[in-house]
Amino acid sequence: MFRLVLSTVVLPLACLPSGAAAQAVQQSALRPAGVQAATIFSLWNFTLALCAAVFAAIVLALCVALWRAHKAGRAAGASPGLAPDLAPDLASLQQPERRVHRAVLWGTAIATVGLVMLLVADVWTGRMLARLPMNEAVKVELTGHQFWWEVRYPEEGVTTANELHVPVGRPVVVTLKSRDVIHTLWVPNLAGKRDMIPGRTTTIALRADQPGVYRAQCAEFCGLQHALMALPVTAVAPAQFARWTQARGKVAPEPATDSRRLGRDVFVRAACAACHTVAGTMANGTLGPDLTHLASRPTLAAGMLPNDRANLQAWIVDPHRFKLGANMPPSPLPARDMHALLDYLESLE
Amino acid sequence: MSRPEIAGPASPADPAEVLEQTWRDPPGLWGRLSAVNHKTIAARFLYAAFAFFVLGGILALLMRLQLARPDSRLIGPDLYNQLFTMHGTTMMFLFAVPVMQAIGIWLLPLMLGTRTVAFPRMNAFAFWIFLFGGVMLFAAFLIGMGPDAGWFAYVPLANADYSPGKRIDIWAQMITFTETAALMEAIVIIVTIFKMRAPGMTLDRMPLFAWAMLVTSFIVLFAMPAVMLASTALITDRLVDTHFYDPELGGDALLWQHLFWFFGHPEVYLIFIPPLGVISAIIATFSRRPMVGYRAMVLSLIATGFLSFGLWVHHMFATSLPELGKTFFTAASLMIAIPTAVQIFCWLATLWTGRLVLRTPLLFVLAFFVILLAGGLTGLMLASVSLDTQLHDTYFVVAHLHYVLMGGAVFPLFGAFYYWYPKFTGRMMSEKLGKWQFWLFFTGFNVTFFPMHIVGLEGMPRRVYTYPDGMGWNTINLGATIGAFMIATSVLLFIVNAWRSRRRGALAGADPWGAGTLEWRAASPPPAANFDVLPVVHGRYPLWQPAALPDRVAGIDPGLREVLLTSVTAAEPDHRMLMPSPSPWPFVTALATTVFFVASIFTPWAVVWATLPVAITATLWFWPRRSESEQRHQREVRP
Amino acid sequence: MTGPEKNGEEDERCLHVGHLPTFAFGHRSPMWWGTLGLVAIESTVFALVIVTYFYLRGLADAWPLSGSPPPDLLWGTLNTAVLLLSMIPNEMARRAAERLDLRRVRTSLIWCMAFSVAFLAVRALEFTALNCAWDDDAYGSVVWMMMGLHTLHLVTDMWDSGVLAVLMHTGPIDGKRFVDVSENAGYWYFVVGSWLPVYATVYFGARM
Repeated sequence: MFRLVLSTVVLPLACLPSGAAAQAVQQSALRPAGVQAATIFSLWNFTLALCAAVFAAIVLALCVALWRAHKAGRAAGASPGLAPDLAPDLASLQQPERRVHRAVLWGTAIATVGLVMLLVADVWTGRMLARLPMNEAVKVELTGHQFWWEVRYPEEGVTTANELHVPVGRPVVVTLKSRDVIHTLWVPNLAGKRDMIPGRTTTIALRADQPGVYRAQCAEFCGLQHALMALPVTAVAPAQFARWTQARGKVAPEPATDSRRLGRDVFVRAACAACHTVAGTMANGTLGPDLTHLASRPTLAAGMLPNDRANLQAWIVDPHRFKLGANMPPSPLPARDMHALLDYLESLE
Repeated sequence: MSRPEIAGPASPADPAEVLEQTWRDPPGLWGRLSAVNHKTIAARFLYAAFAFFVLGGILALLMRLQLARPDSRLIGPDLYNQLFTMHGTTMMFLFAVPVMQAIGIWLLPLMLGTRTVAFPRMNAFAFWIFLFGGVMLFAAFLIGMGPDAGWFAYVPLANADYSPGKRIDIWAQMITFTETAALMEAIVIIVTIFKMRAPGMTLDRMPLFAWAMLVTSFIVLFAMPAVMLASTALITDRLVDTHFYDPELGGDALLWQHLFWFFGHPEVYLIFIPPLGVISAIIATFSRRPMVGYRAMVLSLIATGFLSFGLWVHHMFATSLPELGKTFFTAASLMIAIPTAVQIFCWLATLWTGRLVLRTPLLFVLAFFVILLAGGLTGLMLASVSLDTQLHDTYFVVAHLHYVLMGGAVFPLFGAFYYWYPKFTGRMMSEKLGKWQFWLFFTGFNVTFFPMHIVGLEGMPRRVYTYPDGMGWNTINLGATIGAFMIATSVLLFIVNAWRSRRRGALAGADPWGAGTLEWRAASPPPAANFDVLPVVHGRYPLWQPAALPDRVAGIDPGLREVLLTSVTAAEPDHRMLMPSPSPWPFVTALATTVFFVASIFTPWAVVWATLPVAITATLWFWPRRSESEQRHQREVRP
Repeated sequence: MTGPEKNGEEDERCLHVGHLPTFAFGHRSPMWWGTLGLVAIESTVFALVIVTYFYLRGLADAWPLSGSPPPDLLWGTLNTAVLLLSMIPNEMARRAAERLDLRRVRTSLIWCMAFSVAFLAVRALEFTALNCAWDDDAYGSVVWMMMGLHTLHLVTDMWDSGVLAVLMHTGPIDGKRFVDVSENAGYWYFVVGSWLPVYATVYFGARM
C-alpha cells in the first residue's frame, strides 16, 4: 500500500520540473521507509500510547478532584466574593491522612512502573537498531561543509556532492566528518540523526527498504545558511544503484562542441577551478563541491534550487542572492563566457 | 546619605514610624542608587526581568512573522540568527532565572518573618550587575552586534574562525554578568533561609516556597560555575589564542557541550523548581487546607535538585558517545520524573480533599498541570536515546521546551503575580481581566506550540530562518504565528491589568486570600521593615493555626537596622546583628565591574588595569564608617 | 529566652532576645555561610577545570601534547611548602580573632601578609617553569587556566587580608571585624586546600 502511494504520487511529483515540487520529497519521521526509522517509529507509537494514557488519567483525576473540591467548597459556603472567607480545614495537621498518603504512594508506584516500561522499551529498541546486519554494506563518506555535503563512495571511487544514492535493501554505513563546524545528518524517513563533528569521526548505519527520494537536512545549527543545507537521498534498486555509481565514477568527457570547449577553458581559467573539481580536467579544487556530474544532479546549492540553466546562471552570477554566507564568490562573467560556461556545465552529465 | 539618628525609645514616637524611618531607603536620586531594601531591589529586578521578557517576546514575534510563510524574505538569515540567539539568551538568562530569584528576594523575608535579606548590599550589587549585563547585550544587538551562534553557542561555530567580530564575546561576557548576579543572589537566598527565619520556624515548618528557593539556590551554586568556566575558555580561545575547543591542537568541540549542558540542564530545573513552591502556596490557599505530604514534597524537591545534575548528556545523544553511557543518562532522565510525579500526586490529593475557591491565580496553576504534564511527557520521549535521534533539534523540541518552560514557569509565574500582587501593591488585580488574560494565554499558547510537535515529527529542524514551500509545514507555521500574537495580546492585557489595578484595584488588606503563611501577616504593601512586631512561629501555617505563646520577639531595637539571627535547623534565637545601611558603593562597584567586563572584550589588558577600580570601589564598599562602628561597639554583647 | 524586665502579661507574649550577643563566630554567623557558599562555587570551578584537564588528557595521544617536558617541580613544590606553612599564622589569626585578642590579630595578620607576598613571588617563578604557553596547545591552555584561576584566588585573598590588616591597625574596631578576620582565615584554608589538587594535577598529571 505504502509503496503504491509512493510510486504513484510522490515519485512523479518529485520528477516535476517546477521549483517547489521538485523538492516535494519526503522528510518525515512518521513515514519510515527504512528498517532503522521503522524500529524507532514502533517505539514512538508505544511511547505515545503510554504517555497519552498517563496524560488522560491525570487530567481526568484533576477534573474529578476539582469537581469534588468545588462541591465541598459550596457545601461549606464558599462565596463568589473576593476574599475566601472559608475557614481552612486543619484536620490533617492533627491526624495523618493515611488513605490520601496511600493513594499518592500508589500513584507514584504506577508511575515508576510506567517509567521502567519506557526504559526497557528504549533499551530494547537500541539493541534492535544496533543489530542491523552489515553484510555487503555500502560505504559512504559524508563530509559536512558550510553549507553543503561532500559525498564519497570510497569503494566505488565516486565523488559527488549534495546527492546521496543508496541501494534498496542493502545496508549503508555512512562515515560522518566535518570540515568546519558541527553539522548533523538527518534523513528522518530512514534513520535518526548523527552529528558531524570536526576532529572526530562518527558513523551511522541505515537501510532503505522502499525506493524513493528522501530529503535530508542539516539538523545542527551551522551558521547563516543552516536552513538551506539539504541533501536529497535517493533509494533505488540495487541494479540501478550499480549503474549510477558506474556513471558517477567516470571522468568528464572531452567537450564535444566549440562552445563547451570555450566553457571548459573559462572554467579552468576563471576562479572556478580553484575550488571545484571536474574529474578529467585540470580543475581539481577541493573547497567546493565536485562538479564532474553536475548536470545529472536534481538540485543546485544543497537542495535549494532545481537544477536548470536559468538557476545555474543566476547562481554563478551571484550566489549570495540566494544564499548569503555561502563561500562561493559572485562571478559576473561576460555574456559569451557565461553562455559557454553554462553549455559546458550542462554537458557534465 | 547618613542614616537619620533616632534616639530610640527616648522619643515617644509611634514604633511603626520609627521602624519606617530606620529601614526605608533614602530619598532622591543618590538615595535611589544607594537603596538596599530587599523589596526595592527585588521590585527593580522584577521590572527589569519583565522588561526583558517583553523584549524577548518581541524578538519571538519577529521570528514568527518571518516563519509565517515559506520562502519568506522578510528577515534575512543574519538578523534571524541574532533574533533566535537573543530570544533564547534573554528568556533564559535575563528573564527566567532572575525573575524567580527576584520573587524570592521580595517574598522570603516576609515569609520567614524577618526584616531584610542577608547581605543587602550584595543583593543591590547583584541587581546592578544584572541590569548592566542585560543592557549591554541589547545595546550590542541594536547596533548590529547581537550574538548569532545560538544561546548554546556551540563551538567551533562560536569560535573566532567562524564567528569573527565581537558578537560572541559580548554573548560570553553577558553570561559572566548574569552568572555573577545569579550566584550572588543564590548566596543571599541560602543564608537568608538558613539564618534569618523567625524563631520557631524549624526547617520542618518552612513554607514549601522557601524550600523550593533553597534547592534552586543550591543548584545555582553548583551548575553556574560550569558555564562560567566554559564561557571563559571560549573567550580566551577567541581573544588570546588558547585551544580548549580546537581539535587541531588537542582541544575538543564536545568539551564545550559537556560543560555547557552540565550547566544547561540544571538550568531548566532552576527555572522550574521555584514555581513548584509557588504552586504549593497557591493550591493550599485555594483548597483551603494544608498541603498533602509536606515531607514528601520537600524530599522530592531535594531529589529533583540532585538528579538534575545527572541528565546533561541527553542533550548530546546525537554525538558519538558510548551506548552504555547513554543508557545511564536515559535512566536518570526518566528517574527525575518520579519526584515530579510525587508532587503532582500530592497537589492532586490536596485538591481532591480540599474545598475549592476558584480564583485567577489557581486558574494559572491548573493550566500548569495540563501544560507541564504534556511537556514532561514529551520530555520522557526525548530521554529515550532512539527517539531522541529523531526528535532532537527539530520543532518537536521547540514545542517540548516551551511546554516545560512556559507551562512550568510562566504560567505559575502569572499565577504568582495575581496571587501576591495585593501584597506587592495593596490592591487586587481585576479578576475579570485576569480570566480573559488567562484564557487568551492558554489558547494562544496551545495554538502556537502544540502543532510544533507535529511539524517537528514531519521533519522541520530548529533554528531555520526559512523553509521551502511544499514540505507540508505551511499551515502549522502560519497557525503558530497567529497563536504567538494571541500570547502577545494576553501579555498586553496583563500589563493593562497590573497598571490599572495599581490605582483602581479593590483595596486588599493584609490577607485577601485567607492564606496561612507569614507574608500575609504584614500590611499590604508591607512597610520598609516588613513587620511592626517580629513574629514567633509555632507551625507550618502560622496564620491558620491557633495562636500560641510567645507570639512576638522583643528586644530588637526599632531605631537601628537590627535583625535576629536564628539557628539553622531549629530556628532558635542565636544572636542579633546590625545590617548595613544604604550605600552607593554597590552601584559604583557594579559600574567599575562593568567597565572591567566590557573592556576585556576589546583588550585582554583590561583584565589587568580595570581590576584596580573594582578593587578600590569594593574596598570602599566594605570600609566601615567610624560612627557605625562605634555604635556597634557601644552596644556590643560578646558571644 | 529570658530577660524579665517588663510586666507579666507582656512577658508571656514576648520572646526576649535583648540579651543575645551582637555577633558570633563560625556557623552561627551569616558571614560563615556566605563564605561557605563562595567556597562551594569556587570548588566547583576547580573541580570542573581539573575534570577538563583529564578529559583533554584522555583524548590526547601524548601528554603534554607537543612533547614538551612537564612543569619543573622545584618552584611549585617550594610553594606548596610555603602555603602549608602559611596555615600557622592563619590559624593564629583565627584563634586570636575568636578570643577578640586585637594585639595577636594584628601580629598574625602581618605574618599572613608576609606569607602571601612570598607565595606570590614564588608563583611568578612557577609560571616561568611551566614549560608551556597558553597558546601552544590545549594542554598549555588548561594548565594556564588552572594556574591562573588559583593565582586569582591568591591575589584576591591577599587583597582582602591586606585591607583587613590595615583596618585592624587603624580601626575602627568592633566585634564584626573579628568575625571578618575569622572568616578570612577560613577562606585562606580554602585557598590552601584547593591548591593541593591543582598542584597534583599540574605537576603530576603530566608525569603519570
